[in-house]
Amino acid sequence: MAISRPTSFQSLILTLQAYWAEQGCVILQPYDMEMGAGTFHPATTLRALGPDHTWNCAYVQPSRRPTDGRYGENPNRLQHYYQFQVMMKPSPADIQERYLGSLRRLGVDPLAHDIRFVEDDWESPTLGAWGLGWEVWLDGMEVSQFTYFQQVGGIECNPVPAELTYGLERLAMYIQGVDSIFDLDFDGVPKNRGGKTYRDIYHRAEREFSAYNFEHADVDRLFVHFEDAERECARLIEARLALPAYDQVLKASHLFNLLDARGVISVTERQAYIGRVRTLAKSCCETWVG
Amino acid sequence: MPELLLEIRSEEIPARMQRRAAEQLKERLTAMLSEAGFTPAKDAVATYAGPRRLTAVVTDLPVAQPDRTVERKGPKVGSPQGAIDGFLKAAGLSSLDQAEQRDSGKGVFYFAVQRQPGRATTEVIAEIVPALIKAFEWPKSMHWATYSQRWVRPLHAILCIFDGKKVEGRIDLGGGELAFTDETVGHRFLAPAPFAVTSFSDYADKLDAACVMVDAAERRAYIARIAGQRAGEGGMQLRVDEGLLDEVTGLVEWPVPLLGKIDDAFMDLPAEVLTTSMRAHLKYFACLRLDDSLAPRFVVVANMENADGGAQVVAGNERVLRARLSDARFFWDQDRKKRLADRVADLKSVLFYQRLGSVAEKAERVAALARWLAARIPACDAALAERAGRLAKADLTTGMVGEFPELQGVMGRYYASHDGEPDMVADAVAEHYAPKGPDDRCPTAPVSVAVALAEKVDTLVGFFAIDEKPTGSKDPFALRRAALGAIRLIIENKLGLGLIELFERAHTLYAGFDRAKADGVARALLDFLADRLKVHLRDQGLKHDIVSAVFAVPGGEDDLVRLIARGEALKSFLASDDGANLLVAYRRAANILRIEEKKDGKRYDRLADPKLFVTPEEAKLHQAIMDIATKADPRLADEDFGGAMAVLAGLRQPVDDFFDRVTVNAEAADLRANRLCLLSQIRVAMDAVADFSKIEG
Repeated sequence: MAISRPTSFQSLILTLQAYWAEQGCVILQPYDMEMGAGTFHPATTLRALGPDHTWNCAYVQPSRRPTDGRYGENPNRLQHYYQFQVMMKPSPADIQERYLGSLRRLGVDPLAHDIRFVEDDWESPTLGAWGLGWEVWLDGMEVSQFTYFQQVGGIECNPVPAELTYGLERLAMYIQGVDSIFDLDFDGVPKNRGGKTYRDIYHRAEREFSAYNFEHADVDRLFVHFEDAERECARLIEARLALPAYDQVLKASHLFNLLDARGVISVTERQAYIGRVRTLAKSCCETWVG
Repeated sequence: MPELLLEIRSEEIPARMQRRAAEQLKERLTAMLSEAGFTPAKDAVATYAGPRRLTAVVTDLPVAQPDRTVERKGPKVGSPQGAIDGFLKAAGLSSLDQAEQRDSGKGVFYFAVQRQPGRATTEVIAEIVPALIKAFEWPKSMHWATYSQRWVRPLHAILCIFDGKKVEGRIDLGGGELAFTDETVGHRFLAPAPFAVTSFSDYADKLDAACVMVDAAERRAYIARIAGQRAGEGGMQLRVDEGLLDEVTGLVEWPVPLLGKIDDAFMDLPAEVLTTSMRAHLKYFACLRLDDSLAPRFVVVANMENADGGAQVVAGNERVLRARLSDARFFWDQDRKKRLADRVADLKSVLFYQRLGSVAEKAERVAALARWLAARIPACDAALAERAGRLAKADLTTGMVGEFPELQGVMGRYYASHDGEPDMVADAVAEHYAPKGPDDRCPTAPVSVAVALAEKVDTLVGFFAIDEKPTGSKDPFALRRAALGAIRLIIENKLGLGLIELFERAHTLYAGFDRAKADGVARALLDFLADRLKVHLRDQGLKHDIVSAVFAVPGGEDDLVRLIARGEALKSFLASDDGANLLVAYRRAANILRIEEKKDGKRYDRLADPKLFVTPEEAKLHQAIMDIATKADPRLADEDFGGAMAVLAGLRQPVDDFFDRVTVNAEAADLRANRLCLLSQIRVAMDAVADFSKIEG
């Protein structure tokens, strides 16, 4: 078997996993539900709050943003993409250096590039969460988000975690020097030996899910599902089952994103829906720590 | 004398906060040193800010704090023993012999006067620095790890050196501590190894060698110079952008401006799209050709010196720009597939404000009001004004404005032109947000003026009607800016408009508003505009009391053009000998009247009776007043305010003669009353031209 080229999309993930395992992180697998970002994984959201004083984890998380779908026609946008997520709590004093170490491991030599930390505060109105940090620029390209969580679910984080999110496709595009996501070498196997590009694997999904997200998702049913999730969440909170209740938050959040993509939520309603998800997320967080 | 060097090192400080942080560091350090009895000279404290460090240097500090006298005021002499004992204990005195007795003006009190010998300066600094860090205020600050201390980003080191030596000290972070150090580090990648320093000049030299420019002013000037050179090498010049220059200065410790290329394939995008794409996300400077057109080049300011001269950095940035511009190209192509006119309906789902309906409704109101205004603006085509008003907001639904909100209006113009709308309509769509401030260009094209004014008046009337007025420093809907915009549109285009009528008209265009409240809203808004006008005219050299005097003429004034003409005439008149003199006489008349009316408990506002005149001065004054009424009124009607003021000048001699030779408070009651009525008539006659009682000074 040919050895996967070190710059392939999948070896990027393997390299990051190996690196952060060396840094003492628990290497988790993706959470098995639809979510808009790696931050929603309970290993980040809930573990940022407790119960452990020390919690270090890393994982890759498929992320879905229905409104970003472009039917596979835009070289830079996807409705389904990957984030690599790292959280270390309490935030280590050398976390910036550790992050730069991961770039070095990926073959990005800081001396050959221009790497900068540019102010970018993070807020998730649906999770009632916020933090301060930066986006990390690699020769002008934003390749990671770096956040010191201050609150999650309206609860103060103590100790404070540092969260890193790598935009894997962007990083891979940079490292491989390609201008379209779909041209990314996924497995490092030469084409003539059955090697796959990102296009081979995901282009059809982008087309079909864009059509689903924008045209075919059954709006009435989505509204019903949203309310079901909301009700189920409240019931599980009553039963003090924080984790199953939190799964319902994830559902509600994704359903809201779908409804948003279908363009049926007006500006005024939008805030109200976000507020409803936030209320659920807050009670899950309270139940989790309580 | 010795020098204090302080460096507070942290992870990357947001660029926009650095300048203020350096100022605050200077203010707090100066204040704390002064409080400790040091009196640093004004230029003895200098501070610097950059992405990873705040630095302060204080020259000429003595090695010891000056001795200080501390006084404590005790009880009154002869107070009960309990109070005396308490005082002695608190002041640390063993008997009253050690206290002084002093007369404070309210009796004789005991004072404990103690001399505090000055401590070593290093000791004081060791206290001041942690206190300064604890008191420091960031616009946004955070916790990190397990500490209770807040800072803008995690705090890493405090370098503190006095007189060449490290100050022994530490700051308690709450859950840990940070000891002062005499070491710092250079550039994150180019010189990360720590090194020790002994003084500011040593620090600045070593940091310069370690690829850090400490002084933001120096970095800024360097960037401007070298970026300009890079552009110049390609026969171009840098597009001036002071705000971007400030921001970029805060993003780099070691600026390296590099020239990059914009792919020719994107050069047909609107210039504003190119410059905004480059500026907003990438912080690139645009380059201009000699004819001021946009050149296919940009300057990126890297924070890095690379072995390849930046070739890889430039290539990377060019690729990022290509991705950005392909996005922009996608929006540009998509947006033009749908006409602006067809987008107006989509504005129904865009909220203007909760109780003020959707932007679609706003667009309809602005269209109607622009049409109404067109009839009052010279050479303004009503149909075009209405059309432009309706289309003005439609670009809010385009992908490009969604991506770059700062291009609202500008994109509307491009799309309107693409749709084949008349130029005047396209220009009005672009200009309807203007003027956005005192320095922004004010529209002059009639259709643009109509729409821009309608847009602002609609906003002002709407928010005033639902009682969302600005209070104090709070002005969330930027109504002060809208008011100033309306004022500038009116006076710079010399639009003779009754504002009350305009505001009432705008009020009736809001479907849900109670018509009965229109007048109240219009009056409140006129007062608000009057205040903004005073601020605006003060900057133009017309004082607020003059503006008040002309606003308060009988019947009120709500036509700003007329008001300013009258104000200017009044200003010149008051500056003249006749005017100044007449103002004195006016005040004298008003004072006498106030006193006598108060004394008698009645008003002397009848017309004076000529039959009761006994002196020629009374008759002459009376005649002069009559003349004014007949001569000034037609001039006022013609808006010849200079002429009306000149008529007033005719009062001067008769009034002076009257006061010189006639005793107002005559023995005979009827003569006295008649003379008071005559004074009252002076006031009435003058107030018809301007309310002289409002004039100050």
